[in-house]
Amino acid sequence: MAALTHMTIAEARAALKAKKISSAELTSAHLKAMEETRGLNAFVTETPERAKADAARADAVLAKGEGGSLEGIPLGIKDLFCTEGILTTAGSHILDGFKPPYESTVSAKLWQAGAVMLGKLNMDEFAMGSSNITSHHGPVKNPWRKKGGNAELVPGGSSGGSAAAVAARAVMGATATDTGGSIRQPAAFTGTVGIKPTYGRCSRWGIVAFASSLDQAGPIARTVLDSAIMLQAMSGYDPKDSTSANLPVPNFEAAVERGVKGLKIGIPKEYRLDGAPKEIIDLWEKGIAWLKDAGATTVEISLPHTKYALPVYYVIAPAEASSNLARYDGVRFGLRVPGKTLDEMYENTRAAGFGAEVKRRVLIGTYVLSAGYYDAYYLRAQRVRSLILRDFTEAYRQVDAILTPATPSAAFAIGEKSDDPVAMYLNDVFTVTANLAGLPGISVPGGLNADGLPLGLQVIGRAFDEETVFAVGRALEKAANFTAMPEGLR
Amino acid sequence: MSLDKDTVRKVATLARIKVPDADLDNMAKELSGVLGWIEQLNEVDVTGVEPMTSVAKMKLTMRADDVTDGGDAETVTQNAPEGAHGFFVVPKVVE
Repeated sequence: MAALTHMTIAEARAALKAKKISSAELTSAHLKAMEETRGLNAFVTETPERAKADAARADAVLAKGEGGSLEGIPLGIKDLFCTEGILTTAGSHILDGFKPPYESTVSAKLWQAGAVMLGKLNMDEFAMGSSNITSHHGPVKNPWRKKGGNAELVPGGSSGGSAAAVAARAVMGATATDTGGSIRQPAAFTGTVGIKPTYGRCSRWGIVAFASSLDQAGPIARTVLDSAIMLQAMSGYDPKDSTSANLPVPNFEAAVERGVKGLKIGIPKEYRLDGAPKEIIDLWEKGIAWLKDAGATTVEISLPHTKYALPVYYVIAPAEASSNLARYDGVRFGLRVPGKTLDEMYENTRAAGFGAEVKRRVLIGTYVLSAGYYDAYYLRAQRVRSLILRDFTEAYRQVDAILTPATPSAAFAIGEKSDDPVAMYLNDVFTVTANLAGLPGISVPGGLNADGLPLGLQVIGRAFDEETVFAVGRALEKAANFTAMPEGLR
Repeated sequence: MSLDKDTVRKVATLARIKVPDADLDNMAKELSGVLGWIEQLNEVDVTGVEPMTSVAKMKLTMRADDVTDGGDAETVTQNAPEGAHGFFVVPKVVE
């Protein structure tokens, strides 16, 4: 039943409701696909027994003509979300053996909506990375290869396992998180759809914290509609997260087909980077033409502080991370490496438990927050962050949404860019601004480059206006008509 | 800004991460590279600009000061590398 794993969530949901298929069939097809694609290293933990039990429960509910919005739909969960009684490592050695006694709000909402859990997905350690090579569990491989090439490519990161599993049809959709681009960049690298909603839309409770003022959960799926269905279930106010927005969740699904007629779309001139590959600019031009054809008008806008977004991010994110990661002390959970004194035990545990990129960021964060440097680095970065938000606020006086490329390149080979941290950081150049300003952004596949690799377009919306983001994303999806699949999946 | 070995050693101690002496030079080079790149922020005129301390304009909500959770030491300590009787066990701190 290969066809089952090629269905969209929307199609599968309709087929389940009409009793044309059962969740047990759908789930076992995905468990088989999960086994067959083990070479991608997309999963940290597979939970087949749980999946079968979830499917049986869903089938019983569906038999009564009842069920939630994701009843019987098999999903994967990024290993950053705490799942009760199930290993949760955040891709780190320091969380060895950690089985949370509680469930994250977002994953709990998905189970309430009837979803089936297939397992926990690999990721960059503590979500710090753009290639999924920093995971303690080893790199994830992108199911895509260059035309005629055999080099293994990165799936992007940090939600690399989520994106790879969705692209490989091992899961119908997956949870992910985005601190600087970790949903949108891997989605672009794998020909999938990923949305980071507005900061505060999804509860962060029970998600292992990286940079609390930037982290947001969101879905990766294969269509804009599927991502809307998932985000609908994941969103909503949670008193357990003090930054969760106490606002009603709009009907995202209904917004998808709203169209773009009459919308004004901003094209930020600062995103036309010097030295940007022609294929990226060409795709962007195509996207502009597609939206015009669909009835939108495009306006050139200026976001003058764009070039400072990444350096701001690399002060604020490490600063918050150094504070958040202080909890890994070898006392309460995970790894402990003994030492003669308590301090030595802390130092040994953290030296052995954290990988190179995490150590680098914790040290940078500690430095920029240390006495004498706080004003020069941290406070200055926060002021420039205000200016970045102001750029967007000004722009949204004249436009309804903004169109940009999602990434500055297609997926690169595993091992490339890994010796220069700054070169790796530049992957997030188009995505990081939305995190700093707290805005929703979606990445939608726009086509293939000359090497046959997917490229993505990004739509950034106003705060709490995911509806317009979905509508514009859908217009791009329709025009792009992206039907390509990684070789071997057809 | 370039960091020297001693600064890296000090920061590593603050962060409670053991960095072997042999690695300090390389670490100093890497961190200096990143910090040097960050320093382009000095070009920006931030006179009179408030630091952004909250992403969404929202007030933190108040709640009644009631005990609503807790009393479950076994669950809290179940993931500890070493625990006993509902307590975390650490190396001896007081001689």
